[in-house]
Amino acid sequence: MTAAASDVGHGAPNGAVRHLYVHLPFCVHRCGYCDFVTAVGRRDEHSGYAAAVVAELERERSWLADRVETVFVGGGTPTFTEPDALVVVLDRLPAGDELTVEANPETVTPELAMLLRDHGVTRVSLGAQSFRPALLEVLERRATPDDVRRAVHTLRGVEFDNISLDLIYGVPGQSAADLDADLSDALALEPEHLSCYELEAKPGTRFTHAHGAALARQAEALEGYFERVVRTLTGAGYRWYETANFCRDDDRELRALHNLGIWRGADYLGVGVGAVSTLAGERRRNLPSVGRYVSALAAGASPPREVEHLDAETRAVERLMLGLRLDEPVAVGGDDAAGVLASVVDAVAVARLADRGLVELVDDGIRLTTRGRLLGDAVTADLLA
Amino acid sequence: MDQSRIRNFSIIAHIDHGKSTLADRILQLTETVSEREMRDQLLDSMELERERGITIKAQAVRVHWKGHELNLIDTPGHVDFTYEVSRSLQACEGAVLVVDAAQGIEAQTLANAYLAIENNLEIVPIVNKIDLPSADPDGAAAEVVELLGGKGEDVVRISAKTGLNVDQVLDAIVERIRPPEGVADAPPRALVFDSSYDQYRGVIAFVRVVDGRLPTGANLHAMAMGTDFEAEELGYMAPGRMPVDALEAGEVGYVVTGLKDVSRLRVGDTLTLRKGGAASPLPGYKDVKPMVFAGLFPTDSDDYPELRDALERLKLNDAALFYEPETSQALGFGFRCGFLGLLHMEIVRERLEREFDLDLLVTAPNVAYNVKQKNGDWLEVHNPAEMPREIEEVQEPYVRAQVIVPKDYVGAVMELCTEKRGRFDHMEYLSERRVLLTYDLPLGEIVLDFYDQLKSRTRGYASFDYDIAGFRDGNLARVDVLVGGEQVDALSLIAHRDAAYERGRLLVERLREEIPRQMFDVPIQAAIGSRVIARETVKAKRKDVLAKCYGGDISRKRKLLEKQKAGKRRMKQVGGVEVPQSAFLAVLNLDGEKKKQ
Repeated sequence: MTAAASDVGHGAPNGAVRHLYVHLPFCVHRCGYCDFVTAVGRRDEHSGYAAAVVAELERERSWLADRVETVFVGGGTPTFTEPDALVVVLDRLPAGDELTVEANPETVTPELAMLLRDHGVTRVSLGAQSFRPALLEVLERRATPDDVRRAVHTLRGVEFDNISLDLIYGVPGQSAADLDADLSDALALEPEHLSCYELEAKPGTRFTHAHGAALARQAEALEGYFERVVRTLTGAGYRWYETANFCRDDDRELRALHNLGIWRGADYLGVGVGAVSTLAGERRRNLPSVGRYVSALAAGASPPREVEHLDAETRAVERLMLGLRLDEPVAVGGDDAAGVLASVVDAVAVARLADRGLVELVDDGIRLTTRGRLLGDAVTADLLA
Repeated sequence: MDQSRIRNFSIIAHIDHGKSTLADRILQLTETVSEREMRDQLLDSMELERERGITIKAQAVRVHWKGHELNLIDTPGHVDFTYEVSRSLQACEGAVLVVDAAQGIEAQTLANAYLAIENNLEIVPIVNKIDLPSADPDGAAAEVVELLGGKGEDVVRISAKTGLNVDQVLDAIVERIRPPEGVADAPPRALVFDSSYDQYRGVIAFVRVVDGRLPTGANLHAMAMGTDFEAEELGYMAPGRMPVDALEAGEVGYVVTGLKDVSRLRVGDTLTLRKGGAASPLPGYKDVKPMVFAGLFPTDSDDYPELRDALERLKLNDAALFYEPETSQALGFGFRCGFLGLLHMEIVRERLEREFDLDLLVTAPNVAYNVKQKNGDWLEVHNPAEMPREIEEVQEPYVRAQVIVPKDYVGAVMELCTEKRGRFDHMEYLSERRVLLTYDLPLGEIVLDFYDQLKSRTRGYASFDYDIAGFRDGNLARVDVLVGGEQVDALSLIAHRDAAYERGRLLVERLREEIPRQMFDVPIQAAIGSRVIARETVKAKRKDVLAKCYGGDISRKRKLLEKQKAGKRRMKQVGGVEVPQSAFLAVLNLDGEKKKQ
C-alpha cells in the first residue's frame, strides 16, 4: 500500500504503473441516468476506434510495468463493440493477473463468452441493475431479468469463475420489497462479487430532468435502503469491502483488484476517449469526443486532454478519501507517505468521531465503523484538517 | 455681529418631509453656495445618511439674509438621538417645523416639536410639498394649528423642491424668532451641541456661544468632562469651514480642539476659559447611556482584529457607541456593543459592513437590565447569558411611546400594545381622521419586533416614536437553550414569565428547522434554570456517502468533499454540533413566526 502511494512526483514515464483502464464507449442506447462517455450506434467506427486505442496504448506503454496487476475494460458497453475490433484491443493488452471486461447481459452470447475466455479475460462485470421489469424500464435498460440469468449461466458454461453483478437501488418508484426481491434474485445467481449503487441523479442527465423531483421526494425513505443492502449482503456471507462493493468471503481473493489498487492510491493509466489517468502527480482526462480522439491518434499525436496537477496535500486528501471507503485501515502517521496523511487529518476530530462510534483507531491507522461508513462523506469531511 | 441681528434656528421634520431639500434651497437663495457648488442635500455629508434620507450627525451652517446672520443648526431626525436633538434645540431660539402637505403630522415631528416647545423655542410652521397632486395644505395646516395653536394663515405654504415661497420662510425666521440675549461681557460659556472627528485636526466641536467671547488660541476648559485644550482654530460653516478670530455671544460656529478622542468632549458640555472662566456651566448636561445591546461577531473569526480597529475608528465619531470584548463559546471572540436604540444599532452595523468591509453576525438585541442580587447588590446586565440565576429583583427600561394612526387602526395598535405588555396612557384626536395614542411599553418588547408588527398591522400607516421613561420592576425569566446538551450562550433570552414558555417552544422549533441533520441525534432544549420547558430533536442522518467512486470520479469526488468541508467551516461548532449562523438569528423573528402560523 505504501509503495503504491509513493510512486509519484516524477512526471516522466516510469515503467512502474500496474493498473490499466481501457475505455470502449459504444452502446446500443444511452441510458437516461448515465453520465459516462458513451457513443451510440456507429458500428462502422468501431475498428477505427480500436486502432486509435491501440495507438494510444503504444504511446503510453512506457508508463506500464512489464507485467501489470490488473486491466479493466469498461464502457460504454465493451461487449457491444464489433467482435473483430474488440479482439484487436484484447490482443494488445499487456499481460496481467486480472483482466475484467464490463458486459451488458443482452450482449452475452455463447460466442462472446468464448471470445472473452479465449482472449485472456478472467473476470466479467455484468450490468444487471435490477430484476424488476418496471424498474428496468425506468432506467431505460434493454436487458430483461431473464437476460441476466441467461448471461450468468452462459459465462459459467465457459468456466468463468469470477462474475460481478451491478445493482442499482433508489430508483424512482422502488419499494423496500422491490429492493429485497432484487437482492435475493441477485444472490440466487451466486455471483463472486456485487456492486450496489444508489442511483445518483447527476446534474444535466436526461434522467435527472425527468425524475429529479421524484428522487428528491423519496430522499428520506431511500436513506434506509443502503443499510438494508449492507445488512442483506453481509448476512448472506459477502464481505462489504468498499462502500458500494461486496465479494464472497472465502479463501479466494475476490475483491475487484483493479479498483482496489485505485482505492489504495496506486497510479493507473487510462486509455480511450474520456479515460482518466493518475500518473506521477498528474491527473489526465482525455476529452470526450470520439471523432477528435480518433483523428488525433491517426495523425500520430496525443489525444486532446486536460491535465490537473496534484500537489502532495491534494494527493493525501484523495488517499484518505479513497482509503476510508475500504474495510481496511488507512495508515496515518509513521512512515513517509502516512506521515503526509497525518498532516491532513484533524486529530481532534478523530477523537471526537471515535467517541461517537464512527471511527476506529487501529495500530497506526484509522478505519470507519459500520455506521461511519454509511456516513462516509460526512465523516471524511469532518476528519480533514 | 450685534446679537439683535442674529437668528439661530433648527428645522424639525419627519423623514422625507423635506428638511434637507429646504436646507438646500436656503443655501442657494442666500447665495451661500453657488449653483455650481450645489450638491443635493449638502448637509448630509455621510454616504449612508444620504441613502437612508436621514441626518445622523447635526451640523451648523451660517447664511445671510437681509442684513441678518442666520445659523441653521441641523438636528438628527430620529428618536435614538433625542439627547443630541435636545442639545441642538437648546442652541437655538426658534425652529422651523416642516410638515408634508400630503402626509400630515407624524410621530417623530410631534416628538421633536414637543422637545422644541419644552426648550421654549419659537416655532415657525411650514407646510411643504404643496406642488404635489395629493397635497392637502389646508388639512396639514389644520393639524399644525390643532397641535400648536395659532392661526392657519401663519403657516407658510411652500415647495422646497421648486423653491416656491422659501423666501417667506427666511422672512418669517427674521421676523418671528427672537434674537439671542447673552451677556456679551461675561466670562464665556459655549454649549457643545455636536462634535465630529477629523483625522488631521482631531475633535471638532460645534458650539453655540451663549455668553462672552471665545478668541482663537484661547486655553479652553470643558466643564463637565474637565478636559483642557487650546482652541486651535475658530470659525463658522458656510458650508465649508470659514476661520474667524473669535466667536461672539449669540453666535454659532466650530472649535478645532486638537483632541484625539471624542469621548473627552461630550455633547452637552460647556466650554469656558481655563483661566477666568465661568463659575457654573450651562444647564442640561447628561451622560447618555446606551439602552440597547447586541453582540457583534465577525463571521470569520480571523477578522476579529479588523472589527476591533473598526469599532475604535467609529467610536472616534460616535461618542454614544459603547463596546467591550465579549467571548461566546458559540460565536467566538467579538464585542458586546451598546446603542442608543435600534436605528443607532442599524447604522453602526451598516457602517461596519460598508465602510470597513466586515462580514458580521449580530445577535438578537436586548436591553439593559438592573438586577438586584441575593446579597442586595445591584448589577447592570447587558447580556442575557450574564443574568444571574439567583436574583432578588429585576428592573427593565420602559419607554413612553407615541403612535399616530388613522382611526381605523386604533384597535389593531391597542391590541399590539397590550400583547407587548403596554400600559395605555391616553388617546387624542389630532384631526377627524388621525389619532395619537400614548402608551408605556417595555423597551425590551420594542427591540424585539414591535416596529415591524406595527407597520404590518397598520399597513404602514402608523408612525411611532418613543422616549426612555426609566426603569421599572419586571417579572422576567432567563430562558437558556441547550443544543446537544450544551448551553448556547448566544441563544439565551430574557422574557416575561408569562411569555417564556411560548417563546422557548417557538425558539426550539425554529432551531430544529435551522440546524441541519448531523451524524447523530441532536436534542434541542429550552430551559428556565434546570427545568426544561421545550424539547425537539434533529434526527441523525442515516446515509451520507456517494456510492460510486472509481478512477474517473476522484477529482469530482474530492471537489465535493472540499465543498462539504467548506460548508462545515461556515458553521459554528457548539459541542461538536454544527450550527449554521442563521440559527443564531432565529431568536430575532420568533413572534413574527407565531403570526404566520
